[in-house]
Amino acid sequence: MSHLVTMDDALKTKLGILADAAKYDASCASSGAPKRRAAKDGLGSTTGAGICHAYTPDGRCVSLLKILLTNYCLFDCAYCVNRRSSNVRRAAFTVEEVVTLTVEFYKRNTIEGLFLSSGIIRSPDHTMERMIRVAKTLRQKHGFRGYIHLKTIPEASPWLIEQAGLFADRLSINLELPSEASLERLAPEKDGAAIETAMGQMRERIAEAKEERRRFSPAGQSTQVIVGADATTDEALIRKSAALYDRHDLKRVYYSAFSPIPDGTAILPLKAPPLQREHRLYQADWLLRYYAFTPDDVAQAAEGGMLALDIDPKLAFALKHRERFPVDVNTADRELLLRVPGLGVRAVDRIVAARRHARLRLDDVARLTSGLKRARPFLVAADYTPGGLGDRLDLRTRLAEPPQQLSLFG
Amino acid sequence: MSPLRSVRLGPGADLAGFRAACRSLIAAGVPPEAVGWTEAREPGLFGAAGDESGPPLRLPRAVADLVPAVLPHRDPERHALLYRLIWRVGAGERHLLEVASDPLVHRLLRMRKAVGRDLHKMHAFLRFRRVPGAGARETFAAWFEPDHHILEAAAPFFVARFPAFDWSILTPDGSAHWDGAALVFGPPGRREDVPADDPFEDGWCHYYATTFNPARTNPAAMRAEMPKKYWRNLPEAAAIPALVRGAQGRVAAMIEREPVLPAKRVPARALAAMAEQEPDSLDALNAVIRRSEPLVPGATQAVLGEGPVGAAIAFVGEQPGDQEDLQGRPFVGPAGRLLTRAMAEAGLDRDAAYLTNAVKHFKFEQRGKRRIHQSPTAGEVSHYRWWLDRELAFVAPRLVVALGATAVLALTGRPIPVTRARGPAEFPGRPFRGFVTVHPSYLLRLPDEARDEAYVAFVDDLRRVRATAGTLTV
Repeated sequence: MSHLVTMDDALKTKLGILADAAKYDASCASSGAPKRRAAKDGLGSTTGAGICHAYTPDGRCVSLLKILLTNYCLFDCAYCVNRRSSNVRRAAFTVEEVVTLTVEFYKRNTIEGLFLSSGIIRSPDHTMERMIRVAKTLRQKHGFRGYIHLKTIPEASPWLIEQAGLFADRLSINLELPSEASLERLAPEKDGAAIETAMGQMRERIAEAKEERRRFSPAGQSTQVIVGADATTDEALIRKSAALYDRHDLKRVYYSAFSPIPDGTAILPLKAPPLQREHRLYQADWLLRYYAFTPDDVAQAAEGGMLALDIDPKLAFALKHRERFPVDVNTADRELLLRVPGLGVRAVDRIVAARRHARLRLDDVARLTSGLKRARPFLVAADYTPGGLGDRLDLRTRLAEPPQQLSLFG
Repeated sequence: MSPLRSVRLGPGADLAGFRAACRSLIAAGVPPEAVGWTEAREPGLFGAAGDESGPPLRLPRAVADLVPAVLPHRDPERHALLYRLIWRVGAGERHLLEVASDPLVHRLLRMRKAVGRDLHKMHAFLRFRRVPGAGARETFAAWFEPDHHILEAAAPFFVARFPAFDWSILTPDGSAHWDGAALVFGPPGRREDVPADDPFEDGWCHYYATTFNPARTNPAAMRAEMPKKYWRNLPEAAAIPALVRGAQGRVAAMIEREPVLPAKRVPARALAAMAEQEPDSLDALNAVIRRSEPLVPGATQAVLGEGPVGAAIAFVGEQPGDQEDLQGRPFVGPAGRLLTRAMAEAGLDRDAAYLTNAVKHFKFEQRGKRRIHQSPTAGEVSHYRWWLDRELAFVAPRLVVALGATAVLALTGRPIPVTRARGPAEFPGRPFRGFVTVHPSYLLRLPDEARDEAYVAFVDDLRRVRATAGTLTV
């Protein structure tokens, strides 16, 4: 029973070890679940959009209690702090302990739910069964309707992967490394084909359940790729993501800049990639999903396969295709407006709605976007044309962001 | 120039007062520049405006939705701005709200956004503390300082989330209280009225500090989403200065340390055992099935296949029924008894055959005391196919009889009507011969006069099964 009324020091120590071990996973989203409210004697709800209950000094959102069931692991993946040859402190939660922490933290309104992952102990199936038991206990014994994200173990038996979807809002399988060769070198127990097979299997089950109005991982599936642990280019990463969105209907691909970990290993690069690289990858990913960019468009925005760090990929694309600009905010198609640097989806939609009733001047556009400085050289308004601005050779320098301090030591 | 009309409203987001005032002002044709709006500090000291009401206003939906979303804003000009919008919409600018670039609309949309953000932050950053020894029900309390008058708009979120314990939310403007049945609003509270500590707060703060990654320190990004004004009511925020100060040293120490010699850990036996998680016998498989979750909740237990490993013939049905679910054995209900009888007439020994179902759990709809069988969906059948495939691999029959359409779907992966496939069949990719016939429950659903004939045909099918199996060599 989880009638613990307080946390003892042993549990607190375990929490420290198993939260530290889980924090390299970038995903913390609590979005995408259907709206639910608690039954009269139950606990928890979901809002659809997700809530960040706190932010840590790395700027990341704390939405879910993100922990490992255990950091003992039989695998030996070089990028992972929990690989079996690492010298970190080890700990293991019981199922009840995870349930208690989730319920008690949730009652204090500090979290939206649980993000549970685990090192592989005994076997992938054994591990997966224990993770499922946590989710099942929360749902059935505590009437918990908050968010549950389970990190699926692709090496587990297919029926277990499918059972996880009965209790989870989101399932994810980490791709970790974008190429088979890198996986072989850095994660010898992992198998790229098995990962994609499991993703395909999950996609089928999710689609079937939706059609049959059954509950199965309603917030879909996501994955994570580590950036900078191998030589993969940005272009190759974006092409891989586009293929994953397309083939397996993923909700999100997370990019996690490889970060120095305690007790690192000699086969990893010593230096972390700039966090700005991760940021540019997210922007490019966004262009794929919301701005109708193709992977080829993103490739054109890159130089030698790598995205520029000082300007965003949309601006990089526009600078290479100046012949397409300027576009007139009062007449251009939505698709063309979406290509203007500095104009987001919301700004474009507001422009399209407003211009049905009024001719827009530059002042009007300024009220609809905060990115006017970047947009100006590329657009025409009722009282404005960029003149020669859009053709200036130093345009890139003028629009580049001052070297931003995204990391204190990056 | 008309004389200035003065309207006095209740404190905070007085929607009813504002609505009544607008009706009477519009009915009297008072232009926005002729209205002076004031807000009472205490409830109940106003009401002059509500006396003379006008007919309901016919506003576009978007405008009607905007009013309650902006009224909680603390800006004293909010009433004047909203009335100006309503006036202009009424004067012919029906689509004004779509012109987000209009200065008035722009300002109102920003106010709505500020209220929305305030609501969101209250849902996110409010922290409950347990009130010790309060009563039979658990009780929690929280102190929060919102920017705008949002307590009433924010409270229903907490009801939906925390119905099972009592809670109070105290703010400088008012309080909200939930007792499991009703949400009640009351006078302002004080920070001191909330307990100073909580048994899980220390653990939470520890989690917060641990989940921070010092290699990615970026306090500006944190402050953009969690501005300093919230910190004094967030217990975990006390750790922030020390975390930021210590980050650089922690990262430097990590980089200096690496690379380290890996621990020599190659647990050969554990790794070999890990690779052998596949069930290696029918019993092991059945153990997995027995402890697995039914895909559709409600079943009493998993119903496993029955019969000898190595049986020449295996029968695959649809899913367990009411009787099978209770007894935990396949084909023991009315349809099962009919099958047993027909097998005997055809000269087949039930005990020598292997009997199982495509789906292992009973799915039903409760109607009064009766549990009415419901057919599995295609998705459910494919969920269970992993087990059926392995089960048949262990039993290794020479001939598999598909009873009904669900079994055909499970064995071929395609929906094929029994009427078309009835008789000897090939199941592509399977190491056994196939035979398709109806499910015995189909016979039970037929009217009496048709049933006799159909039963004869069914027994006839089973005779052919027997004959076919007899010709197959092991």
